[in-house]
Amino acid sequence: MVFPDGTHAVDDVSFDVHPGEFVTVVGPSGCGKSTLLRIASGLEENTGGSVTIDKSSIGYVFQDATLLPWRTVQKNVELNAELQGMDKATRRQKAMEAIELVNLVGHEGKYPKQLSGGMKMRCSLARSLVLNPKVFLFDEPFGALDEITRERLNDELLRLFLHERFAGLFITHSIQEAVFLSTRVVVMSARPGRIIADYRVPYDFPRQHDIRYEPEFAELCGKISNDLKDAHS
Amino acid sequence: MKTPAELSVLGDVEIGMRSEADAKLVEDFQGGERLTDTPPPKKRGIRLVMIVPPMLTFAAFIGAWYLYSATKYDIAAQRRNTLPYPHEIIREGFMPWWDDTNGFKPILEYMWPTFKVTVVGLAVSIVLGISFAVLMNFSKHLERAFFPYAVILQTVPILAITPLLTQLFGEQFGVRLVVTVLIAIFPIITNTLFGLQSTDRLHHDLFTLNHASRWTRLRKLELPSALPALMAGIRIAAGGAVIGSIVADFFFTQGDKGIGYYIRTRQQRAAERPEMFAGTIMATLFGIVMFLIVGWITNRAVRNWHESGRRR
Repeated sequence: MVFPDGTHAVDDVSFDVHPGEFVTVVGPSGCGKSTLLRIASGLEENTGGSVTIDKSSIGYVFQDATLLPWRTVQKNVELNAELQGMDKATRRQKAMEAIELVNLVGHEGKYPKQLSGGMKMRCSLARSLVLNPKVFLFDEPFGALDEITRERLNDELLRLFLHERFAGLFITHSIQEAVFLSTRVVVMSARPGRIIADYRVPYDFPRQHDIRYEPEFAELCGKISNDLKDAHS
Repeated sequence: MKTPAELSVLGDVEIGMRSEADAKLVEDFQGGERLTDTPPPKKRGIRLVMIVPPMLTFAAFIGAWYLYSATKYDIAAQRRNTLPYPHEIIREGFMPWWDDTNGFKPILEYMWPTFKVTVVGLAVSIVLGISFAVLMNFSKHLERAFFPYAVILQTVPILAITPLLTQLFGEQFGVRLVVTVLIAIFPIITNTLFGLQSTDRLHHDLFTLNHASRWTRLRKLELPSALPALMAGIRIAAGGAVIGSIVADFFFTQGDKGIGYYIRTRQQRAAERPEMFAGTIMATLFGIVMFLIVGWITNRAVRNWHESGRRR
C-alpha cells in the first residue's frame, strides 16, 4: 500500500482469517496496522495485492466509539441496520438483543454524553452486532480505556466471539490483549509494515480471565515483545 | 484570598440549596426506596446569584445615564435634550399608555410592521442560508463559485446601494425584506457550512461502510452534527434581522412604516427626543426578545446531547 504522498504504509502482508478464527495484529505505532484494516474494509483502495472479503457482512469497530451524540443508545445501536435498510420492527428487535448481549440494558434512553468510556464502546459493539457480521474488524477499540475496563471488555468480547463465531481481525498495541483474545497473533515491523512473526495461541475457548497469569501466557507475551523490539531496531 | 464577607454570602446560598436537596433525599428514603442513583435535580427557578450581577450593571448604567444627561443642558430649548433623563423618556415618550396619537400605543403600532419584516426576513434567511450552505457542502466547485459572493453580500455597504434596491424591489415590504435578508443571511450560511464541514471523519467512515447515499449522509449525519453551529448562526442572524428591518425604515418610505420610521422622524426636534428614545428602547427590547426566543429554541434543540446544553 503506497499513499499518494509516497508514504509506503504496508509492504508484504499476507494472511487469511477464517470464520471462528480471531487474528490479532500487533506492531509498533505507525506500522500500517490501521491501513491494513481500512483496506480490508474497503475504506481505502489498495495500490497493489489483493483483498478477498465478504464486504456485505463487515462489522467495523473504530478506535473511538463513534456514536452519534444526538441519538440515544437504542437509536445508535439501530444505526447500521437503519442505514442498510432493515425494517423498523426487525431492527428494533435486533437492537434490543444486541443491547442485552453487551450488558447495556437499562441505558437504552441515554445519550452518549451520559455514558462512561467503557459503556460507549459496548454500545459501539452492539451497533455492529445487530447485523450479525461474518467478519469483524477491530481498530484498536479499547486503546483509550483504562486497564480494568479493557480487561472486562476483553472477557466480554470473547463471550461475543463464542456466541457469534465470526472471523475476527483485531488491531492493538497491547501484547497481553492480543494473546488473550486471539487464536493467532501476527507481528508487524515498522513502516513499511511486513509480517515478522506469526504465533498460534495454544489456549482453547472459553478462556478464563486468569489465564493471563499462567507462565505459558507470559512466555508468549515475552516472545512477541522481543520481536517488536527487533522490529524497531 | 476570599474575604470573610464574601465567604459568608456564598455560604448562605450554598447552604440554602443543600438543605433543599437533603430534604428531597430524606423524602426519597422515607418512601422506602430510592428510585435512582442520580442526585435530585437542582431547583430550577431564578436564584439570587443569577439576577444580582445583571441588576448591578443595570443600576450602574442608569446612574451613568443620569450623570451624562445632567451635563447636557440646552439653554435655548430650556431642557436637557441630547440625552433626556430616563424618567423624562417614560413620562413623555411612553405616556399616556393608551392613546391613539401619543405615547405607548402608537409605538406599539409602529412595532407591528417591524415585527413582520423581521420575522419573515429571518425565516427567509434561514431557509435560503441553509440551502446555500448545503449546496456548497455538496461540492467544492459550488463552494468556490458561490462563497466569495456570500462574503460580498455581507460586506457591501447596503446604504450605498439603496437607489438600486429601490429600482429592483420598490419601496415597500419587498425591499425591507431584501435589506433584512442581506444582513441576516451571512452568519447562517457561514455557520451552517462550518458545521457541515466539521462532521467527524470517523462518522463519515461509518456511513461509508454502511453504503449511505449522499442524501442520507446529509440528513442523518451532516445536518444533525451542524445543528449547534447552525443555531449559533441563527442567534447572530436574529439580531441582524432586527437591525436590518429598522435600517430599511430609514431609507424606504412607502408601504407599512415600522419603528425605524418613528425613530427617524423624531430625531430632529428637541421636544420629540424622549419619543425617539422611547422608540429606540422598544426596538432594543424587541431585539432582545428575538434573541431570547431563538436562544430558547436552540437550547431545546440540542440540550440533550450537546455540550452547550444545560448540565443535568
